[in-house]
Amino acid sequence: MSTSPSPPERVRVTSSRRGAVPHRARPAAREIDEQTELGDVYLDGLMRAQLRLSVAILALMVVGLAALPVVLALVPATRSTTLFGIPFPWVVLGVAVYPAAWVLARWYTRQSERIESDFAEVVDEP
Amino acid sequence: MNHPLSLAAVVLVCLTTLAVGGLGLRLSRRTSDFYVAGRTVSPRLNASAIGGEYLSAASFLGVAGLVYGAGVDMLWLPVGYTLGYLVLLVMVAAPMRRSGAYTLPDFAEARLGSRAIRLVSSVLVVAIGWLYLVPQFQGASLTLTLVTGAPSWVGGFVVMVVIAAAVGAGGMRSITFVQAVQYWVKLTALAVPAFVLLLLWFRDGHPAPVVPPDWNVPLTPTGPGDHPTYRTASTVLALCLGTMGLPHVLVRYYTNPDGVGARRTTVTVIALLGTFYLLPPVYGMLGRVAFPVLPEGVRSDSVVLRLPGDLVGGLGGDLLTAMLAGGAFAAFLSTASGLAMSVTGVLDQEVLRPRLARFTGGDAPGVRGFRYAAVAAVVIPYVLSRVTEPLGVATTVGLAFAVAAATFAPLIILGVWWRRLSTTGAMAGLLVGGVATTASLGTTMARDDLGGWPAALLANPALWAVPLAFAVAVVVSLATPGRIPASTTRTLVRLHTPERVRLARSRIRD
Repeated sequence: MSTSPSPPERVRVTSSRRGAVPHRARPAAREIDEQTELGDVYLDGLMRAQLRLSVAILALMVVGLAALPVVLALVPATRSTTLFGIPFPWVVLGVAVYPAAWVLARWYTRQSERIESDFAEVVDEP
Repeated sequence: MNHPLSLAAVVLVCLTTLAVGGLGLRLSRRTSDFYVAGRTVSPRLNASAIGGEYLSAASFLGVAGLVYGAGVDMLWLPVGYTLGYLVLLVMVAAPMRRSGAYTLPDFAEARLGSRAIRLVSSVLVVAIGWLYLVPQFQGASLTLTLVTGAPSWVGGFVVMVVIAAAVGAGGMRSITFVQAVQYWVKLTALAVPAFVLLLLWFRDGHPAPVVPPDWNVPLTPTGPGDHPTYRTASTVLALCLGTMGLPHVLVRYYTNPDGVGARRTTVTVIALLGTFYLLPPVYGMLGRVAFPVLPEGVRSDSVVLRLPGDLVGGLGGDLLTAMLAGGAFAAFLSTASGLAMSVTGVLDQEVLRPRLARFTGGDAPGVRGFRYAAVAAVVIPYVLSRVTEPLGVATTVGLAFAVAAATFAPLIILGVWWRRLSTTGAMAGLLVGGVATTASLGTTMARDDLGGWPAALLANPALWAVPLAFAVAVVVSLATPGRIPASTTRTLVRLHTPERVRLARSRIRD
């Protein structure tokens, strides 16, 4: 009992996370740039959102175009109806199509810019 | 007819083109100036330039002529020409700009990493470009002969010389200004006479147009064995998808500052085209008032130019005819210069520059090859326009759209949106689409004894050839997963990621 028990060897205790990179220091933009699997997920999400929007616009366009012959076939009276003295088919194909196309185009541009700005916000955050 | 005034208008338009082109000569210094105007064109200027370039002889003279002949059914054509930009906008506008390529073959090679695809695309660009140039030259000859009595080779020759000079002088930078100016020239030249003629028509108690039966009803057969619904659907599909595949259209997208700019440009383009296309039906209708029957041997393409002389007469008629002749020439010049520009770019890169470098050991300045290419790009289609029988202006243009829709549209759309597109699949789609459309159009032109469905399917191949090309590209790609380019992800990252996201590796500097 004369010799006191040697104290246990000192052990250095540190936080296990000291050398770790702080959370979110790596922006997703780098994941995309370096084509990691995570980056692929981001890219897929962006492409799918854009493609869904594009297909929706194209579907509207096709439905709009197909509507004219369908209406003319189902309601024969429309063939001889006149608006401001111009026969109905001429009004649709000669005039109304163009503002409709412009409105669709503008709507698409707004929506796709919004998708891109949402995406940029998510991936550029450090 | 009225030589001096119309001649003066044509000369004025040609001189303006050369003068504005000369302005570009002083501004164009770098290679990117020549090809893509330094990529600094604002959406509004660019939209005018695209409108100016796109509204060709087919729109200025052809649509009115067709409406005169076949009535409301022909309005599908300008509708298709315009909706082509809507399809282009939603499918490819921004990604195309971000691809950072100069020409269509550049894009094909960058996306698929294959020299062979580049070569096939180059051949297609030149073929489609020349197919589209031929009717421009023929339209120019028709116009000049009609309004000044010049021999039929002169009109096309004048257009050829002016555009070779303008393209060779300043490349894309000067062409951008030239075309932006020409959109407004064309719109004014078509709108002012239309208003005057309409006013006179109202003053005369607006006599009803003398129309053939079914002139006012869409989708009516033009003869026995005609399939109007199939014909129309196929034409509209060809125009909608063909627009993105026309070499002179896509090259303009590279001149936008960024992807967002490319989209905004397209929206303005749709507005400009829509405004312009309100006018040709007016001429078609007034044509029916003035000429219940066209005299023997008169092409319906000339209805627009004949109207003022018939309805107004005297000095006023001469002035309006001169205006229309000038506008028509602006149409030939701007479309032809855009086409010549893209064909020149391809010829320069693929054929001349490598040769010149070999002969001179790299001493020749790059611009010299570009200028030789500009001459070659216009002389060959001019010769073709002299030796081939003119179809209708809008008909020949339609052929170019069909080929573009079945070849470049699948390549671009799948290239932009589908990760699993393989080099072999893309090549198979290009070849099948190209062979199917050119073979059926060739058969149609060579044989006129086909009737019923075979004739309809071959004359308007887009509705079956485009899905076929897509299907072949997809099936072959799925069968050859080993041939998916390793760079696919990198390319798609570049095409779709907005510019404000900083990408150090994937982005290429302009």
